[in-house]
Amino acid sequence: MNNRSRLALMVVQILVISLMVALFGRLFYLQVAAGPKYKDAALSIQSRDVVSPANRGFIVDGFGVPLAMNKAGLAITIDRIAIDKLEDKGVAVMKRLSTLLKLKYSDVYQNTRLCGELPVGKRAGCWQGSRYQPIPITKSADPEIALQIVERSDEFPGVDAQPVAIRSYPSYLDVNAAHVLGYVGPLTESDLLKGNGKQYYRSESIGKTGLEIEYDTFLRGEPGIRTVIVDRKESITRESQNTQPTPGNHLVTSLDVRLQASAEKALKDAVLRGRANGYTSDSGAAVVMDIRTGRVLALASYPTYDPNAWEKGLTVQQAEDLFSEKKSVPALNRALQGLFAPASTFKVVSLLAAATAGYDLKANYKCPSEVQVGTRTFRNFDSKNQGTMNMFKAMAVSCDTIWYQIAFDEWLRDGGLRPKSNPNDHFFEAAKAFNITQRVGIDLPSESSSRLADREYKENWYQQNKDFYCNYKERASKAQQTPFLLQLAAENCVDGDKIRAGDAVNFSIGQGDTVVTPLKLTQMYAAIANGGTIWQMMVAKAIVKTDGTVVQSFTPKKLGNVKAAPSVLSFLRGSLREVVVNGTATGTFAGFPVEISGKTGTAQVFGRNPNGSLKDDTSWFASYAPSKKPRYAVVMMVGQGGFGASTSGVGVRQIYSTLFGVTGNTLVPGAALFPDGKPPTQLPKISPATKPKEASK
Amino acid sequence: MSQIQARQRLYRRSRQSFVQGWDPVLTVVVGLLLIIGTLLVWSATRDWYVRSGLDGQYYLKRHTINILIGGLLAYGATTVDYRLLRAYTPFLWAGAVLGLGIVLIPGLGAEINGARAWIALPGGFQIQPAELAKIAIIIGMSMILSERTHDSNQPSSKDVLQALAVAAIPVLLIVLQPDMGTILIIAASVVTIIAVSGAPARWVAALLLLAVLGGFVAVKAGVVSEYQVSRLQTFVDPNADTQGAGYQLRQARITVGSGGLLGTGLFEGPQTSGRFVPEQQTDFIFTVAGEELGFVGSGFILILYLILLIRAFSIARRTPDPFGRLVCTGVIAWFSFQIFENIGMTLGLMPMTGVPLPFISYGGSSMFATMIGVGLLQNVHARLRG
Repeated sequence: MNNRSRLALMVVQILVISLMVALFGRLFYLQVAAGPKYKDAALSIQSRDVVSPANRGFIVDGFGVPLAMNKAGLAITIDRIAIDKLEDKGVAVMKRLSTLLKLKYSDVYQNTRLCGELPVGKRAGCWQGSRYQPIPITKSADPEIALQIVERSDEFPGVDAQPVAIRSYPSYLDVNAAHVLGYVGPLTESDLLKGNGKQYYRSESIGKTGLEIEYDTFLRGEPGIRTVIVDRKESITRESQNTQPTPGNHLVTSLDVRLQASAEKALKDAVLRGRANGYTSDSGAAVVMDIRTGRVLALASYPTYDPNAWEKGLTVQQAEDLFSEKKSVPALNRALQGLFAPASTFKVVSLLAAATAGYDLKANYKCPSEVQVGTRTFRNFDSKNQGTMNMFKAMAVSCDTIWYQIAFDEWLRDGGLRPKSNPNDHFFEAAKAFNITQRVGIDLPSESSSRLADREYKENWYQQNKDFYCNYKERASKAQQTPFLLQLAAENCVDGDKIRAGDAVNFSIGQGDTVVTPLKLTQMYAAIANGGTIWQMMVAKAIVKTDGTVVQSFTPKKLGNVKAAPSVLSFLRGSLREVVVNGTATGTFAGFPVEISGKTGTAQVFGRNPNGSLKDDTSWFASYAPSKKPRYAVVMMVGQGGFGASTSGVGVRQIYSTLFGVTGNTLVPGAALFPDGKPPTQLPKISPATKPKEASK
Repeated sequence: MSQIQARQRLYRRSRQSFVQGWDPVLTVVVGLLLIIGTLLVWSATRDWYVRSGLDGQYYLKRHTINILIGGLLAYGATTVDYRLLRAYTPFLWAGAVLGLGIVLIPGLGAEINGARAWIALPGGFQIQPAELAKIAIIIGMSMILSERTHDSNQPSSKDVLQALAVAAIPVLLIVLQPDMGTILIIAASVVTIIAVSGAPARWVAALLLLAVLGGFVAVKAGVVSEYQVSRLQTFVDPNADTQGAGYQLRQARITVGSGGLLGTGLFEGPQTSGRFVPEQQTDFIFTVAGEELGFVGSGFILILYLILLIRAFSIARRTPDPFGRLVCTGVIAWFSFQIFENIGMTLGLMPMTGVPLPFISYGGSSMFATMIGVGLLQNVHARLRG
């Protein structure tokens, strides 16, 4: 062997040994260093979780009457993977199925499209889950039809019928409560990703809004998991674990089915009454609250929707209507998401402002037909000259001009358009004394906070809008170029950051940019009634296990106190009683056997409806009762409903009638919902068989 | 004690081994690999066949038959003095080329995984002439490069060109199949044989360069089929293809990794039993070792291969006969590159090519060829003194 051969052989040997060492090193890395990682990966390849969803907990009222429960349903599902493999992508199958189920083909088609497959804006009714799970077309199919589908499986490839537990909202006494309860639906990809520290499975449902989402973690329970080991063809080789589902816990609320049903009916009647009187009357909200605890006894929003529609199979029309402006956006919960000018109901704030500013509440003031503020004339309601009166009376007859004068005087005192460095701002401070911008803290999603249009707000608003108003001619559309709007824009450009005389005057009667939610107004009136405590509003009372043990109780929580002297609050209570005894609500509550205190409000709204008509006034009635020993606050608002007393006031009377058991003008013995004069404090027994107690006649 | 004495003792010892002149270490190592391979092939196929309602020992039986035939071939390869093989080499080579020609004829050649590499025989058997071609090329080249028609101690450029021609014709036919794994192995053997033959260094350098360029051009010009390009791309980016080649490679890595230090135990691997890795009894057999025998077991297999190769190197170094040395060198390059290619692919170090693991994978042609290869090593060993 020559040297070169020897050298070459040695090089080859070194090379070969290096290759083997490389394999050895790589093997060590894969099996020892990264072994645990690959073990997990292998396990996820081999194991499949078969999920049996837990029974969702009930949502019940204060007496245990179910508002949300479960029932056995029959789901008809479509397997997208299977039908997509068909030559016509399942069109024929879906057509046959829609005929059989008496549904529209277009709905079935839409229901089986993944939301991501559809262009934005055309997604109503789309499937929020995944392609890999059977998509339910309905969950309450007729058993006979389901049987036909199963028997004719060759005609319905990819279609299956299976018994499922479905969420059911039993609607005793025609109660709806959709805005409070919410509804459930399939998990979305983002739910699965977020997880909220919980392991979710695709086949489960999740609360989508309302109490269903707020208390989802308690209501949902733990699904049963059977883990099986499968081979590549997905046939099961063995079972590795099997846990039974743990049912969800029940949610006891402070709602009362009877009162809720009554509030819903009263609200609907009020809306219809508004329409009968010629107003647009397109929306509304009604709230009943226990003023000693902040607990919500009823909460209604109009228009509403059917929470059972999801389990029946939501049609595209239904899904679109939920957010349709024409249908006044039924998905919106106006009690907590609607912001409206409070109008005269806000005079309770003005009265507090006057008191802090040092005005003698018992002195007499003029209530002329109009007040001159700078160059503008502000008129009394109906331009009526009411003569002279004290503030007690002023509240009762809802005089505006007294407040105009005081607000204007105070504005001048604070420096007018050149404000002092530390203005008194008695009116804004009075609103802050009620914690007006603080949310009521209700346990429902997406509560709006009310808005106080004070100096700070103006400043921010100006920074955001001055560009538009200072270039109004270029920026605004042709339709917006009326002389009035042009002048307004010019004014806004010059001193839009200032509180102008008009702003101050408007604020004193609850008009302008200051807007509140119906819940906030309820909380404010409750605070006046209970001596100044601002309670957090809440619906949930407790989470209870299926065996009755309490998991968690929700105790009332004070958010603060109204910063007002007890004498002022006492004066306020007197004047609010006077509204009903001898004021704007006297006619409405004529002959009512329980003493009510309250305030009407009729707020002007600017702007036009989609059909071009000018917007009608917002109708308010804010109240509490019984006047001497207050327990309940009731507030109703009807958007574009016209007068406060005739539209909402009458509705509130209707609610009180149910609450106190009044028929006509008589108190029917034993008919009151709460015979003890207060809502139940004991937690009820929970049973699916519990029915609302009929008030004994 | 002089080195010579020590060596003589060694030769005597080997002379006394149970088969005349065989290296006992090599014999034991190959025997162990064959036993381990048999168990792994059985484990890879048993549950799968039983679940499909078939005979769970089907592959075990066939694999055992392959080993027996392979053993006979190995024995046959040792009986004739390897130096006499030179006389048969032209026939062997012509036979291999003929076979490689036949596989390309539609109807006669069977196409599997996009390559026409097999001749289908009656009774469900198939043979792969490319395996036979490896042996023909190694012996043919060794013959040309060890015979001197001139007064030089080393092969001339003319010898090198002749030797390359011996390799080129079968390689071209294999390119047409195409079977990239086999071409890589043959290329490795060719370069190694030429390097060890003492041929001018410029030839070695040029061939190495050519191999790199050839691979590059082949991919660019589309000689390599799309199927193979996708396998290569998958190697570069394993997430590129989740169901095809990328899926296989990922599954293979997961299966090996999940074995951990000690493995699940033979027949106990859920990845193996679930058939998550395709071609598990052939190209991906090492995943079974990885999962069921763990690092300890699969590391042991690597050590067995290392001993086998070191013994082969020792034979190559010790033989005074240039022809024998080149044959050994060729076999070493073939085995080591095929082992590295196969296990490297399984572990994600090498691109995916369909080459079986010597002595372990199921598959007749490969088993026969590698057993003949070992036979050649033993043959050279038996005649070390000659």
